[in-house]
Amino acid sequence: MALMLDLLAQAAQMFLVLIVAPLVIGITRKVKARLLRRVGPPVWQFYIDLWKLVHKEAVLAMDASWLYRVAPYLVFATTWVAAALIPTYATDLMFSWSADLIAIVALLATGRFALALAGMDAGARFGGIGASREMMIASLAEPAMLLVVFTMALIAGTTQLSAVAVTFADTGVGLRVSLGLAMVAFVLVALAENGRIPIDNPATHLELTMIHEAMVLEYSGRHLSMIEAAAALKLVLYFSLFSCLFLPFGMATTDKSADAMMLGFGSYLAKLIVLSILLPVGELAVAKMRVFRVPVFLGGAFAAASLAVFLLFVSRSF
Amino acid sequence: MAHHIGFDIAHLLAGSMLVLSFVLLYQDRITAVLNVFALQAVMLSLSVAWQAVIQDAPHLLITAAIALAVKAIVIPLALHRIVRRLGIQREIEEVIGAGPTMLTGLGLVALSMLLVMPVGRNVSVLVREDLAFALAVILIGLLIMITRRNAVTQIVGFMSLENGLVLAASGAKGMPLVVEFSVAFSILIAFIVFGVFVFRIRERFDTVDVSGMDRFRGEQGEHG
Repeated sequence: MALMLDLLAQAAQMFLVLIVAPLVIGITRKVKARLLRRVGPPVWQFYIDLWKLVHKEAVLAMDASWLYRVAPYLVFATTWVAAALIPTYATDLMFSWSADLIAIVALLATGRFALALAGMDAGARFGGIGASREMMIASLAEPAMLLVVFTMALIAGTTQLSAVAVTFADTGVGLRVSLGLAMVAFVLVALAENGRIPIDNPATHLELTMIHEAMVLEYSGRHLSMIEAAAALKLVLYFSLFSCLFLPFGMATTDKSADAMMLGFGSYLAKLIVLSILLPVGELAVAKMRVFRVPVFLGGAFAAASLAVFLLFVSRSF
Repeated sequence: MAHHIGFDIAHLLAGSMLVLSFVLLYQDRITAVLNVFALQAVMLSLSVAWQAVIQDAPHLLITAAIALAVKAIVIPLALHRIVRRLGIQREIEEVIGAGPTMLTGLGLVALSMLLVMPVGRNVSVLVREDLAFALAVILIGLLIMITRRNAVTQIVGFMSLENGLVLAASGAKGMPLVVEFSVAFSILIAFIVFGVFVFRIRERFDTVDVSGMDRFRGEQGEHG
């Protein structure tokens, strides 16, 4: 019986992220439209879009290989697994032992690798440009992300997300400059990884500037729906990771009663909504960068994250 | 790790000074550089005031007040005035290689920590940390002076270096007040000299970009 309940809690988490992902995209689009004084589509528009795409015919490029057809599912699967592993409403779920920060970074990298290969597979020029730009951004963002992981590991003594969240939520870690710096670095990396505005504009199809869209330009029908859903899941993943690492309040940690679970559930949804309102507000405050400025932007993230690690070393007691 | 709130706040203030040093290193708009410098001076005075509280040394409060008055208010205002009079307030300075500069800055931070760790082994964590931060701020101030080409931002680099010196001095117990007075005074004198010097450069070369002076040093190489 206990096993069944554990499984149920884990399954709830898996489907929670899947169900909430299009809503998060919907809210960010709606808020952005309202800020631009447009009415904007309703917040559930993305569910309808996905439904429509699933039922449309999938067109394949003439010389696309099997890789091209497999990649969308691979991207979706890796992103979903990564998103489902991050503690959202409760810690210590059944599979929490495998929710290691480094494993999650690796899962995302696998998905990106598949997508970059698929982008080049069709032989169209835009796919190649998109893939090479995406890989450039990834190679700059990942070192910064790993340094953020090291900061967490030095403070909490582990890279396992569930334990990190418990450490931050239950035992006060005090005011730390390192955590602030790690947060700044994390936000910069998250913006770059999700293709949000200073790096890439998710709403554009302008040849010279697009990165993510250039890779998936050839996709249609159910393949495109998988890729779009994976992009939405990735945004939810970064939101959950942010709230798990930097706002771990309200999560059900040691107390696993139904009340605590409900509280965790409600606070998770509230955090998601707040973050998906803050994201478009922040996006409207900055202008998109040239591609060649991206190394400077991510270099800033790297510098902040490595400062965070250095500061931890100097304040460590011997 | 036993942390108490006194340590946490000192850590926060000194750490944010170091972060602001990096912002100075990165920022290429002159007015923004001056504002960040003023903010760093505010952080310095808060940090020194906090040291006065936890060390129970009221004379450090005077040091904090001097830092606030001179470095956070008088010097930034005067620099703003100079920049306006030179008409370069909207100018964007070309920072030499932002990426390598940041990496060098990180290397300097690591170096100062490596240096302070063995030296400060038998003092408290707080003092050791203050020394490490202060040394890093000083080194980054030097780096700003090297990488900048505009005379005004080079002055800011020098002043930021001096912020680091005061931070180091406040962490060490028992700095006499007379030292602090003389340092503040010499900074003001240095500032006046710099101010006159900037206008002389401007008169002579029609720019405050110091690379314009290379031609007059007999280095005929790249400029012909």
